[in-house]
Amino acid sequence: MSDQNMETQMKEAANALLCHLESGDSKAAMDTLDNLQGTLNEYREHSLFKKIGKLTRSVHEAIQNFEIEVKKDDNGEVSILDEDGSRMVDASDRLNYVIELTENAANKTMDKVEETIPISAELGETAKKLRSDWEKLVTKQMSAEEFRKLYIEMNSFLHFTVEKTSHIDSNLSEILLAQDYQDLTGQVIKRVITLVREIQIALIALIKSATEVESYTGIKTELKNKEIDGVEAEGPIINADSRSDVVSNQEDVDDLLSSLGF
Amino acid sequence: MKILIVDDFSTMRRIIKNLLRDLGFSNTMEADDGNSALPVLQSTPIDFLITDWNMPGMTGIELLKAVRADDKLSNLPVLMVTAEAKREQIVEAAQAGVNGYVVKPFTAAALKEKIDKIFDRM
Repeated sequence: MSDQNMETQMKEAANALLCHLESGDSKAAMDTLDNLQGTLNEYREHSLFKKIGKLTRSVHEAIQNFEIEVKKDDNGEVSILDEDGSRMVDASDRLNYVIELTENAANKTMDKVEETIPISAELGETAKKLRSDWEKLVTKQMSAEEFRKLYIEMNSFLHFTVEKTSHIDSNLSEILLAQDYQDLTGQVIKRVITLVREIQIALIALIKSATEVESYTGIKTELKNKEIDGVEAEGPIINADSRSDVVSNQEDVDDLLSSLGF
Repeated sequence: MKILIVDDFSTMRRIIKNLLRDLGFSNTMEADDGNSALPVLQSTPIDFLITDWNMPGMTGIELLKAVRADDKLSNLPVLMVTAEAKREQIVEAAQAGVNGYVVKPFTAAALKEKIDKIFDRM
C-alpha cells in the first residue's frame, strides 16, 4: 500500500467517523475506528519490511562493492569466504608494501651515506695535511728533501681524489635513485585513499537506511563522536596548526616544558 | 658511556645511532619496545636511555614509569624522541620524570642540544 492510498483511506475513515458520530451511531463509529486501526497496523508492518529490505540490500551492496565474499554455514553463521580477494585485505597488503618500500629506501640511503662519510673524511684529512705542506712551499720554508716528498704525495693525492670522488658520485646517484619509492608509494596510497572514501560513503548510506528502520521501530541510537584520550598515543599530528591541544615544533615543546619548571 | 636506543622502527634507531656517533657516542645498544628494553636495562649497565613513545607491546611512557619505579634504574637519564605532540602527553612525560623531550621530525642540532643539556646536569 502506498503512502497516498493510506492517506486517502484515513481521510475517508475520518469522514465516515464524523458522519456516524453526528448521526449518533456509536457502534458504527467504533467499527470504523477498528477497521482503520487494522489497516494502519498492516501499513506499518509493510513499511517496516520495506525499510528493512532496503537496509539489507544496502549491506549487501556495500559488501559486494568491497569484494568481500561471504559464506553462510549450516547454522546460518556468516563469515568471510576469501580473505585474500577482498579489497580491504588488498588495501592492507598495499599499505604493507608502502612500509616495505620506504624502509628499503631509508636503509639503502643510510648504507650509502655511511659508506660515503669515511671517504669524504679521508679526503678532507689528506687535503688538510697537504695544505699545511703547501703553505711551507709557498712561504719558501721547505727543504729540497721535503719538496720531493710533497711532489710524490701530491701526485698520489690527485689519483686518490679522482678515484674516491667517482666512488662518492656513484653513491650519490644511488641515494638519488633510492628516492624513487615516492612515486610508487604515492600511487598506492592514492588508491587506498579512494577505497577509504568509498567506505565512508557506503557507511553513511547504511546509517541512513538504519535510521529509517529505527524511526519505525522506535529504537534510538545516539550518534556520538569518539573522544580522544589526551595521553593515548596518536602518532604524528598532521594538522597541528588547526589544533590547540598539540605542539607544532620543538620550540613549543621547550616552552611548555620550561613553563612546567624544566 | 653506553646508550640504549628504543624505537620500533629500525630505520629510526639507525638514524639516532648515526647522529650519536657524530656526537662522539659510539657505544650504543638497541631495543624495539619497552618489553625488550627493560631486561637490557636490568642486566646491562646503561648510562642513558633514548626512547620513542608509540610502540607495540610496552610504550615509551610505560617504560619511563617502569624505569622510575625501579630502585636500581630510577636515576637513569631518559630522553624521549617521539612524534607524539599533544600537550597532555608532554606534561605526562614531564610528570613521569623525563629528562628531555624531542618531537619528530627533529634536527641533529635539536638532538645534540637536548643531550648536552641532560649531560650538563648529570
